[in-house]
Amino acid sequence: MSETENKTENGSMESAGECTAGDIKDDKGLGLGVIFFIVAFVVCFLSGTLLFPKLLYSKKEQPFNFDHALHVSEAGDCDSCHSLREDGSFSGIPKLATCLDCHSEDVLGETEDEAVFVEEYVLKEKEIPWYVYSRQPDCVFFSHAAHTEANGMDCVTCHGHIGESTSLKPYEENRITGYSRDIWGKNIFGIKKHSWDRMKMDDCAACHKKETGHKGYCFQCHK
Amino acid sequence: MKVDRRSFLGLGLGAVAGVAVSPIGIKLTDDSSIWTQNWPWTPVPVDGEVTYESSVCSLCPGSCGISVRKIDDRPVKIEGIADYPVNDGGVCLHGIAGLQYLYDPARVKTPLKKNGDKFEEISWDDAIALVAGKLADLRKTGSPEKFACIADKEQGSVSGLFKRLLKTFGSPNFYTMPSLESYLKVTAAALHGEGKTIAFDLENSDFILSFGAGIIEGWGSPVNCFKANASRKERHAKLYQIEPRLSNTAANADKWIPIKPGTQADLALGLCAVILKNNLFNSTATANFKGGFNKLAAMLQKDYAPSKIADITGVKVSDIEKIATLFAKAKMPIAVFGHGRGDGAQSLKELAAVHTLNCLVGNINKKGGAFVLPKSDYLKFPKESMDSIADAGFAKTKAGRYVNQLIEKVNSSSQPAVEVLFVYNANPCYSLHDPKSVKQAVGKIPFVVSFSSFLDETAKEADIILPSHTFLERLEDVPSGSGLAKSVVGLTKPVIEPVFNTKNPGDTVILIATALEGSIAQSFEWENYDECLENVTSGIWDSLSEDGYVVISDGPGKSAAVNISFLADNPATIQAQGDYELTLIPIDNMRLINAGTAASPFAIKTVSDKVLNGSDIVIEMNPLTAKGLKDKGFATLTTPMGKTRVMVNLNEGMMPGVIGMVEGLGHTFDNKYVSNKGVNVNALIGPVIESGSGLDAAFGIKAKISKA
Repeated sequence: MSETENKTENGSMESAGECTAGDIKDDKGLGLGVIFFIVAFVVCFLSGTLLFPKLLYSKKEQPFNFDHALHVSEAGDCDSCHSLREDGSFSGIPKLATCLDCHSEDVLGETEDEAVFVEEYVLKEKEIPWYVYSRQPDCVFFSHAAHTEANGMDCVTCHGHIGESTSLKPYEENRITGYSRDIWGKNIFGIKKHSWDRMKMDDCAACHKKETGHKGYCFQCHK
Repeated sequence: MKVDRRSFLGLGLGAVAGVAVSPIGIKLTDDSSIWTQNWPWTPVPVDGEVTYESSVCSLCPGSCGISVRKIDDRPVKIEGIADYPVNDGGVCLHGIAGLQYLYDPARVKTPLKKNGDKFEEISWDDAIALVAGKLADLRKTGSPEKFACIADKEQGSVSGLFKRLLKTFGSPNFYTMPSLESYLKVTAAALHGEGKTIAFDLENSDFILSFGAGIIEGWGSPVNCFKANASRKERHAKLYQIEPRLSNTAANADKWIPIKPGTQADLALGLCAVILKNNLFNSTATANFKGGFNKLAAMLQKDYAPSKIADITGVKVSDIEKIATLFAKAKMPIAVFGHGRGDGAQSLKELAAVHTLNCLVGNINKKGGAFVLPKSDYLKFPKESMDSIADAGFAKTKAGRYVNQLIEKVNSSSQPAVEVLFVYNANPCYSLHDPKSVKQAVGKIPFVVSFSSFLDETAKEADIILPSHTFLERLEDVPSGSGLAKSVVGLTKPVIEPVFNTKNPGDTVILIATALEGSIAQSFEWENYDECLENVTSGIWDSLSEDGYVVISDGPGKSAAVNISFLADNPATIQAQGDYELTLIPIDNMRLINAGTAASPFAIKTVSDKVLNGSDIVIEMNPLTAKGLKDKGFATLTTPMGKTRVMVNLNEGMMPGVIGMVEGLGHTFDNKYVSNKGVNVNALIGPVIESGSGLDAAFGIKAKISKA
């Protein structure tokens, strides 16, 4: 065995001896590492769960408040304003002209919102720039008529009890996609309790699977 | 406890695990996939209610019924109206791209007034006051006839208002650009008397002898002609196409007869000679010929014998005799004139010679033949109020019979022959031969008013521009014409609020007339153009406004007299200008437009690279004529009017000795999608005036070509 080899061998032994001693020290280091791990895990998990949604969504106020409950009691069901057109397409948020079927330049109610509506929009003949909670991405086709008319679904199944609300919640816009938080759902994990809590593709597919036995084909919605 | 690297490792792993278990990963993946499928910078059309509005396309004289698909208030698509009497659901590529004109980069957005070399914006009130002031000043000089107007057509109420303004002002100088419709009127006037027009029943004819008419290249009412051609096979109808080039129509025909450019009139008369010689004519019809039938017959036998005509035209004697026999023996033959689209230069000799074939075989006012129809008279303008200045001025002689003579007169006069010029729906500084001299003439006129929707070549020369709505933004009556066998009046309706600060030209004329006061204003006592239109079309307004169109007549006219004195005098055949060996002829392409509005960006994009290669214009010539020039090589084309660089397309479908260059390119106005592509063939051809008729009959020009 050459001198060099001996040195190496000895050196190795020394290292091994140090390593054993080090293992005892490392136990404490590991303990601290575990604490650091847990702290970091908890902080990041909570950030991802609580802080991340606040950063992801920006809150926007609607042009003025709208009382669905009042309008339902005065005007009738959802389709009084959110009607299907003659060709079966859905009119969506009503245009100013639809509002003016009942409203006029005279303020009907006593709320400030009514005054804003008349002064800013009716008198200026300007459409109201509502934020739409349920607007789907442009790559999606959806026929209301096929669901409500042909298969008798009610509006609540997807839209919830918005018709009973007296005020509009703030619109939360996804800073990346530009679409509403209501599509993914309020729960950032995507967990839903009601059918109207989420409006993602998987929700459509689950309902289709349940009702028709098939999830449906890509081109049915992505034309 | 010591914080060491393992602690940091724990921290890092903890962070990674925390993030991984949190919804961040899955949510960002989902969001980024939505983002990438809906790029925020990609424009997305706004959703809305779908509606359809019917209207009439007035981009060309075809006058097709169109249905405009709208999303809320925004038109998004143009389709043909099924069952419309002109186009029955069809629409051409210019029609479907009509929406692009609304947002054309060259649109004049508000009235403009020239200050030095630049235009500056001016209000409508000031613009109308300025124009009316200039006209009032001219009237005071006692020369109201020095007020002239160039419009695209004579028909329709808007042209009627321009004519009325000129008349009540005291000027006879209303001119129209050359068009198939104008040639039909000129031909009808020469053979059947003034105030008539000719129509061709292509849908029912069993033998169409076309002297270069581009039946499927924009001739007449294009979509109607496409349909008539498409039904030819079912009807067992023949199409013989006579022209120097294997055009799409020629390729689609039963027989293509190549002919030397400018000799179609000689061939038509040669065919007449064979028909007369072989007693194939309809003697009942010819019995009523006036103006020297025997003189014509003798002249034809002497000067237009097949052997002579074969030499002149390059068509074989046997073919001449065969074609004449087939034509005369067909049940419902029809001979049609008009090279390409039919709005280019034409000689009356050719027009009359071709139509004489129809007269000889007796197919006038018969199914499948040529209809001689009275001038459309659905418009009932109230009697004008004329003062003494108007009477005196209107009685004076026109500065020229046709627009090219007006240009010549202006250029040759030392004193201004025209003081004020209105240009409506026409682009003479581009469309007429030798546009340089047209620009010179327009430049000599002290005050030029353009009514163009676009800052085109002529509008750029104007002193003031009073921009008009495009056809999608205005109300207007659109009578059919251009040889259509039915007489239909359609109603163009506004399908969108004006995109810019423009007006209906009818309203602009009424405002000018009102500002001129006196008897002129009295002749325009309408609140606006809408009221005027309803008033002057009162006889048909209910149907017109309700159905969108009215069929005035859909059959042959009554009997028509035939006067062949013009041809009996044996007018000279027009020769091409210059001494070069080759002949340059313009070619019409369905995808391009020569007269009026330029082709849309969409239409330009569809042009083949054998017509326009990048920004180089491609000329067609036979390999036999090429003499060293290579296919896709560059060459210099020279004519007596100038020279230009061209790309060469060697094509056996072009007769030897002839060069073809497409019309409709080489625009120079501010539209990057349309302008500065190729060259304007009109700039290489000078006008050749036919003596007697006064028409510019330059079918082409002599040219030479050499390697660039």
